[in-house]
Amino acid sequence: MKEKLTSFLQNKWSQVILFTLFVVITSLSLYLSQKSVVAFLLLLASLLVLYYMKLKNLTKWIVSAGILFILLPMASSGGPAFQSYMEVATMVGIYVAMALGLNIVVGLAGLLDLGFVAFFAVGAYSYAIFATPQASNFMPFGQYPLGGESFWIFLIIGGICAAIAGVLIGIPVLRVKGDYLAIVTLGFGEIIRIVFNNLDRPINFTNGAMGISSVTPPSIFGFNLVFPHHFYFVTLLILAFTIFAVLRFEHSKLGRSWKAVRENEIAAQAMGIPLVKTKLLAFALGATFSGMMGVVFAAKQAFIDPTSFTLLESFTILVMVVLGGMGSVPGVILGAALVTILNLQVLTELTNWVNQLNLSGMITIPDALSPAKMQKLLFGLLLVIFALYRPIGLIPAKNKKFDESKLKSSNSLSIDRENSVAIDKDNV
Amino acid sequence: MPILEVTNVTKEFGGLIANKDITLSVEKGSITAVIGPNGAGKTTFFNLVTGVYQPTSGEILVEGKSVVGLKPDEVAKRGISRTFQNIRLFGEMTVLENVLVGMHKHLKTGLLGIILNLPSTRNEELEAEKEAYRLLEYFDLAPLLNEKAKNLSYGAQRKLEIARALATKPKLILLDEPAAGMNPKETKELTDIIKQMGEEFDVSILLIEHDMKLVMEISEQIYVLDHGEKIAEGTPNEIRTNPKVIEAYLGSGAVQLGQRSEASANTTTE
Repeated sequence: MKEKLTSFLQNKWSQVILFTLFVVITSLSLYLSQKSVVAFLLLLASLLVLYYMKLKNLTKWIVSAGILFILLPMASSGGPAFQSYMEVATMVGIYVAMALGLNIVVGLAGLLDLGFVAFFAVGAYSYAIFATPQASNFMPFGQYPLGGESFWIFLIIGGICAAIAGVLIGIPVLRVKGDYLAIVTLGFGEIIRIVFNNLDRPINFTNGAMGISSVTPPSIFGFNLVFPHHFYFVTLLILAFTIFAVLRFEHSKLGRSWKAVRENEIAAQAMGIPLVKTKLLAFALGATFSGMMGVVFAAKQAFIDPTSFTLLESFTILVMVVLGGMGSVPGVILGAALVTILNLQVLTELTNWVNQLNLSGMITIPDALSPAKMQKLLFGLLLVIFALYRPIGLIPAKNKKFDESKLKSSNSLSIDRENSVAIDKDNV
Repeated sequence: MPILEVTNVTKEFGGLIANKDITLSVEKGSITAVIGPNGAGKTTFFNLVTGVYQPTSGEILVEGKSVVGLKPDEVAKRGISRTFQNIRLFGEMTVLENVLVGMHKHLKTGLLGIILNLPSTRNEELEAEKEAYRLLEYFDLAPLLNEKAKNLSYGAQRKLEIARALATKPKLILLDEPAAGMNPKETKELTDIIKQMGEEFDVSILLIEHDMKLVMEISEQIYVLDHGEKIAEGTPNEIRTNPKVIEAYLGSGAVQLGQRSEASANTTTE
């Protein structure tokens, strides 16, 4: 017994020591080297390692918060590539939050939504329009652009706008199920993009295909947020809120009602779960997180146009959810991080490398075959491979484990029943 | 006042009349059975009562109030719960979660309560979990609480469906062939459970069943449907000897046989 206990402790502590060593080495090499994508990715991967360690949940949260808020920005601040690291990390954060939003709709409620990027667009435009002179085209009162402080209010407004869009799209769309739902949402996703593309006439709301440029940077206490590492922290905070909220939803009566609707609509309804309301709520809440990140995206890019919200974006987010594991919060976070990094780091690095080879004249690869243009092919392959060989995703969804001892009570019904059964038998 | 009063309900699917002019009532606290050969319209009748289908004509009253035109979830809120002939559990969810879904409409917490995890939400959730666990204990499913519902044995799935239906705290529970696919031992166990369930949970029971032994043993009132029409009603003894019923089940030849020896009708299981 004692041996077992000590070996267990050893196990846990050896884990901690190895983990610390890993983090220290990766952060140091990231800090000292001029540009080391590998070290950067390994430091991010330490969070995945942390997930599988035998530690308390709270400890894991604190350690990962420490790595993301302090260690990662500090370690990557060494070289000239600091801003590009922060840019990638910010995009990872934005996509993770969106994927978590889509996970509510697809993973929990089982509604295949192929137009999810529409809500991201609604959030982005809601801030972009009011943080530029664009709004004075149609607003009878007020001074535009609004100041950078309004960004914080727009985080909420953007979320609410996206939620309203979710409900408005949901009301007609949720009459159909399965494949039909996928097609209809795909259509609506495109409709929203095309509407933004054409809403420059008769009144110029969105400036059409030209896009909206020089969006006012957010500011806090008079300090303007312009660099990617500023947005990194903003994204991280919103992401923290998103993860927190999504985890709460998942194991609440709401999450259960979504899963029930996913598993069997007729039975869910017979248990008193209103179908339309539950589905609309999934649409609206999923859209909210997407809309909030849309606001951050608009502020970060300082320029948005309809081409940022194409069908490919919707597919990308869906791939993240399917790859990670439908309905699984840690899975979706991993999936979103992997796909974003693949998109922004791996493919870009590969393209750079291929370009260098081209320049040096060693081989010639036509521009059309450059890795950055392989996105659709790769995502398609990933979807097919995962659908065939691992439909549950990288980290499959887990059900909540209930502690039996906490639920036991002294006056259980079964004892009563056994007694009454005994009496019945006596009577017979 | 009866808990369920159905008057002259007719349901037509195009030209097919699935239920014709059915009148039926379930007394509070009673166990009532609906029997009939396959395709007699029993499940259609259940679907009409629970709002899955809307009747073409007729009236359905639950505690004196009409439920015609209500959606299934609204009917459930009026205190009617059901199980399904082809089991409809939430397969990927755990056994305890399945029962918790049944309690959905009694949980009052809102969106804010969930996000902030307010003490009231936590208490409500814990109470619900305890209650769900007690229900599982009643059905001898407690050790399986963290198991996925789809991994349960057939008999256990049937019992879990009843537990889930009871979790909605219904006034009337409709059981659609609860003993289908069970072995004799399981059926016997289920018979005992159904018999006591009514008093234990203060619920009236309406059931469809093909196992005549079970039906005759537990029901106080039996309605017989054939070809969508009610052909007989009465106590088990009245039904047992009713020539129309014997004819529906065994054909007209059996009626004469039945008149000669009444005992043979007792074994009309199919």
